[in-house]
Parts: sequence; C-alpha cells; structure tokens
Amino acid sequence: MNIVVLMKQVPDTWSERTLRAADNTLDRDAADAVMNELDEYAIEEGLRLTEAHGGEVTIVSMGPEKATESIRKALSMGADKAVHVSDEALHGSDALVTSAVLAKVLERAGFDLVILGSESTDARTGVLAAMLAERLGVPQLTFASKVDIDGSAIAIHRLADYGYDTVEGTLPAVVSVVEKINEPRYPSFKGIMAAKKKPVETLTVADLGIDPAQVGLAASATEVVEWAKRPPRAAGVVVTDDGDGGTKAAEFLASRKFI
Amino acid sequence: MLAEHSGETVKKVTTELLTLARSLGEPSVVWTGPGAEGAKDRLAEFGAAKVYVADSADYDDYLVAPKAELLGQLVADKAPAAVLVPATAEGREVAGRLAVKTSSGVLTDVVGVSGELVGEQSIFGGAITVQSRVTAGTPIIAVRPNAVSPSAAAGAAVLEPVSIAVTDAAKTARVTGRVAQERGERPELTEASIVVSGGRGLGAGENFALIEQLADSLGAAVGASRAATDAGWYPHQFQVGQTGKTVSPQLYMAIGISGAIQHRAGMQTSKTIMVVNKDPEAPIFELADFGVVGDLFKVVPQLIEEIGKRQAG
Ligand SMILES: Cc1cc2nc3c(=O)[nH]c(=O)nc-3n(C[C@H](O)[C@H](O)[C@H](O)COP(=O)(O)OP(=O)(O)OC[C@H]3O[C@@H](n4cnc5c(N)ncnc54)[C@H](O)[C@@H]3O)c2cc1C
Ligand SMILES: Nc1ncnc2c1ncn2[C@@H]1O[C@H](COP(=O)(O)O)[C@@H](O)[C@H]1O
Repeated sequence: MNIVVLMKQVPDTWSERTLRAADNTLDRDAADAVMNELDEYAIEEGLRLTEAHGGEVTIVSMGPEKATESIRKALSMGADKAVHVSDEALHGSDALVTSAVLAKVLERAGFDLVILGSESTDARTGVLAAMLAERLGVPQLTFASKVDIDGSAIAIHRLADYGYDTVEGTLPAVVSVVEKINEPRYPSFKGIMAAKKKPVETLTVADLGIDPAQVGLAASATEVVEWAKRPPRAAGVVVTDDGDGGTKAAEFLASRKFI
Repeated sequence: MLAEHSGETVKKVTTELLTLARSLGEPSVVWTGPGAEGAKDRLAEFGAAKVYVADSADYDDYLVAPKAELLGQLVADKAPAAVLVPATAEGREVAGRLAVKTSSGVLTDVVGVSGELVGEQSIFGGAITVQSRVTAGTPIIAVRPNAVSPSAAAGAAVLEPVSIAVTDAAKTARVTGRVAQERGERPELTEASIVVSGGRGLGAGENFALIEQLADSLGAAVGASRAATDAGWYPHQFQVGQTGKTVSPQLYMAIGISGAIQHRAGMQTSKTIMVVNKDPEAPIFELADFGVVGDLFKVVPQLIEEIGKRQAG
C-alpha cells in the first residue's frame, strides 16, 4: 500500500508567535519550528498501516528550507522517503492555494491513502483534508480516531460531539486523524541513523507544472487586512480560601447573574 | 447560510448565524434533510427570509460532500453576497469543499463580520486578533459558535424546496452508524453558555463527578484539560484547547487546571472566567475575572451547596 502522509512544520506553540509587519504573514523566524503535533499521529498511523498491510510511507511537506529538520524527524520515525516542495513563490499561500499545490504532488506521486492531521496549530483551518478530497475526487474520511483497512475497503471512527460516527469508503481515500488515534513513537537511534540515507526529493513549483504566479500571497483568495495583539484581560479578583471560598465564588456568580 | 439542526430542532449556532447574516443583508437558510416544516417558526423568529429545503436523507447518510455540492449549486444559481457556515468540524469541511468548487476564499473560525465582509479571527490561542477578507470568488465564512449573541427579528422564512439530486460522486464516504458515548442531557460543549472544565487537579477519573455536579447545578457543559483526557479521566471529545475544542461561553470555570498556553488557546475568549486552583502561581489566574486559591475538594462542594441554596431561595 502506497501511503502518503502530509506533514507541516509550524512554530512551536510554547514560543511567542506573531505575524510579520511587512506582509501580515506568519513570522517563522520569531518562534522555534517543530513538526505539527497532529502530523506525528498521522505518520504513526501510516507506519502502523504499512506494518500491518505492507507498503511504503512517503512524507510530503510544503514549506521553507527549514522544514528539512521536521522531514528528517519523520524519516527517523520510520517513513521511507519524502517529497519537499520548497519555493520562495509559495510564501503566504492560503489554504486554497496550499491544497492546489499538495493535490498536484499527490497526483504526481500516486497514492492509495493520504493521511494528514485534522488541524495545524498555526493556521488551524482544518479544511485541508476536505479540500484535497474535493480536488482529488476521492472519499473523505476525516477526524478519524480509528482506521481499519480490509482490501480496498476502509472504515473509520469519526470523532463527534456525542461520541463517534462509523464511516466507510473505498481506497484511494483521504484520511485526517485526531490525537486519540494512537501514541506516536519516538525516533530510535537506529531510525535516526537510517534517516540520513533516505531519499528526499525537493521540488519547486515549476517542477510541478504550476505557474509561480498562481501561488503565494498574491494569488491567495484571502488576505489579512490588519492585526493586533489582543489586549491583556483586565485583572480580576483573586481570593484565598479561608473556608468560605465556595461562598465567595457563589456571590461572584450571583453578582454576574449566572445564578 | 447553512443551518445546523437535529431533526426539527434548530441549533443555537444557526440562530447566531441568522443574527449575523441579518447585519450583512437578507438571510436565506439552506436546510438539509428533514425537519424544515417544524423549524420554520424558529427560523422566522430570527429573521430568515427564505429557506431552501433539500430534504434528501443523503445529506445525513454521506459525509460533507453532498452539502458542499448543494451549496455550490445554490451559489451558482442565486449568487449570494457571502456564504456563512458554522465553524464546527463539519461546517468547516463543507466550507473547504465549497471553496474549491467555487474558487473562493474561505475564512475559518471567524468571531465577527463587518458590513464590508471583513472577518475577525483570533489566532495563536487568542494572542492576536486579525481582520481578514476574501479577495476571490464568493466569500465563505465559517463562524465560531457562541461568537455572536442571537437576537430575534421577524422574517418570512418562506420554504422553497430545491430539487437537486445528490450525485454519486458525492456519495463516497458513507455514514454507517452513530455511536453515542456518555454525555447525558448536558448542552453541547461548543454551544453551551456555561462550561465547567476539570484538569489534573481532580486527581482521578471518578472525581469528575464533582465537575459534573457543578455543571449540572448551572445547566453547563463539562470540559476537560488534555492532562485529564490523556489520563482517560474524561472522554477525549470534551477536551478544551488547541488540539481540542475552542469554546467561547459566557462563563468558563477552570477547576484544577494550570492554564498551559495550549489550554488557554481553547478558552481565552470566554466572556467571564472563574478559576479554582490551589497554586496561586498557576498561570490560569492571569485570565481569571474571579479566582479562588484553594483546594477544589473544599471549594467546589461549598460552591455547589451555595448555588443550590440560592436557587431554592
Ligand atoms: C502541541 C500541544 C497541544 C496541546 N493541546 C492541549 C489542549 O488542546 N488542551 C489542553 O488542555 N492541553 C493541551 N496541551 C497540554 C498542555 O500543555 C498542558 O499539559 C495541559 O493543559 C495541562 O493540563 P492541566 O492544567 O489539567 O494539568 P496541570 O498542568 O498538571 O495542572 C493541574 C493544576 O491543578 C492544580 N491542582 C492540583 N490539585 C488541586 C486541588 N486539590 N485543588 C485545586 N487545584 C489543584 C495544580 O495547582 C495545577 O495548577 C497540549 C500540549 C502540546 C504540546
Ligand atoms: N504546507 C503543508 N505541507 C504539508 N502538509 C500540510 C501543509 N499545510 C497543512 N498540511 C496538512 O494539513 C493538516 C491540516 O492543516 P490546516 O488545514 O492548516 O489546519 C496538517 O495537519 C498537515 O497534515
């Protein structure tokens, strides 16, 4: 089975994240870069499925030069090879453009299954899986907390507010995962050594047959007009419990008409 | 705008979307599946002018694609100024597919929209507020539940059946079952006006009963930190935060939660925040409108008792 896992490098949520004043795009230099957390779960699921059913895991990532670090990590976890789309022209691409580029890579690479995170910690659009399924014309099996494959049949548990839905389709398909799905492995020393020799193909937009004018900030269908740091919340009242903390809390709730 | 409903029952987010849509123009509701007749009065009460009804069961039986297909057809036929969807998991996915179909920009998780269709979004866990707009196609805007307070205004809510059959191409991901897990009668997490969340401070899964009791005394939903869901103390779908749900209730209560940045990302925009934590240095106190430094096992039972007294009296 030919599994492609989409992986994105994002600014670490622990560091202070901001936008660039010049063009209102993500300031990637301001924060440490890490692999999007949910993508670790996507990779883990890809590895488990190939361990059970055979086949290969290919990592596809679109992002700046620096994303190589996260690609290496994915390979150390056990992925077989990677495709890195790296091109200045892509800077500032929104979800619609990103999905167009990734769909091209996927068509070129071929796949039985595409796995991605249900959401990234920076953009948090959570639309990419749906956009890719739409572009590629394959079933969308998203927000998966469990994936089962039997021949060409695929069934998932889709996380819902009330529990989960069971959803079925046939391969090829696009699956997005939630963190409940598995526990990602850490790269082993052997894995880290092996990763150094694994192939990483670097592609430009032109290599994909895409006109650079069709991607990036200028070609995107959305724009950030302005932004500002959220003002800190006004300081509230903090009391120390001397046996009447609950009563005071109730008084506060009453003063705000919650009770 | 796409209605979210369960049978005839109009979800609160739908009334929020109607309220917002009214400030931008004349709202037409898109209703999928059965129930429109029974919902008509409610939709009228919030100012729906028209209700496009596509009552096929396919919209519930197949994931996302049929709804996007329907909206795509309506966008082509009616040329709306914008399409609003709820920023729920499904709503955002519908938005994504519709964006591809119509080559339009999509704004997700919007908390407000101005007359010029500039959407306000809160990013990086609420640290930054951005104003964005769609520059190509029909603006598709996914609005975060609880961001708008619903207000009534009479509308005609004229039901207009649409006879667009769902194509086979949109019927590739079939919903074969819906499995409800423990949830009881509490409101939905993202829709609730009060959310009571518990964290590692609870110490054990069975102690979540205390959180549930407090929640029930207020008619609130229950949430949990990731430390609590990862420990298996509470089901994962109730996790609040960056990798869980984003909530913006009128009142958020954080009980035994330290307030890590990833947790704050999911609740920072709540209108009022109350905290109970025994560590006065816990970062969650920075957000608190009212905080109690103390042992939750003492403070919460007393609070529940006081609420009971006040509600009885
Ligand atoms: C990429 C990423 C994504 C994440 N996503 C999320 C997310 O979506 N949601 C989320 O919540 N976290 C998320 N986290 C985890 C987050 O960093 C924290 O680890 C987590 O929020 C901590 O949960 P907690 O506050 O319950 O536990 P702790 O940080 O352990 O805090 C427990 C608190 O309880 C207090 N306490 C203990 N006993 C009592 C008592 N008897 N009475 C009163 N107070 C008491 C303690 O003083 C402490 O402040 C994420 C982390 C990463 C790296
Ligand atoms: N530039 C990218 N390269 C590869 N995968 C991506 C990229 N952007 C998003 N993804 C994937 O899409 C998922 C959802 O991202 P988003 O739609 O940005 O919330 C992520 O978890 C990744 O798996």
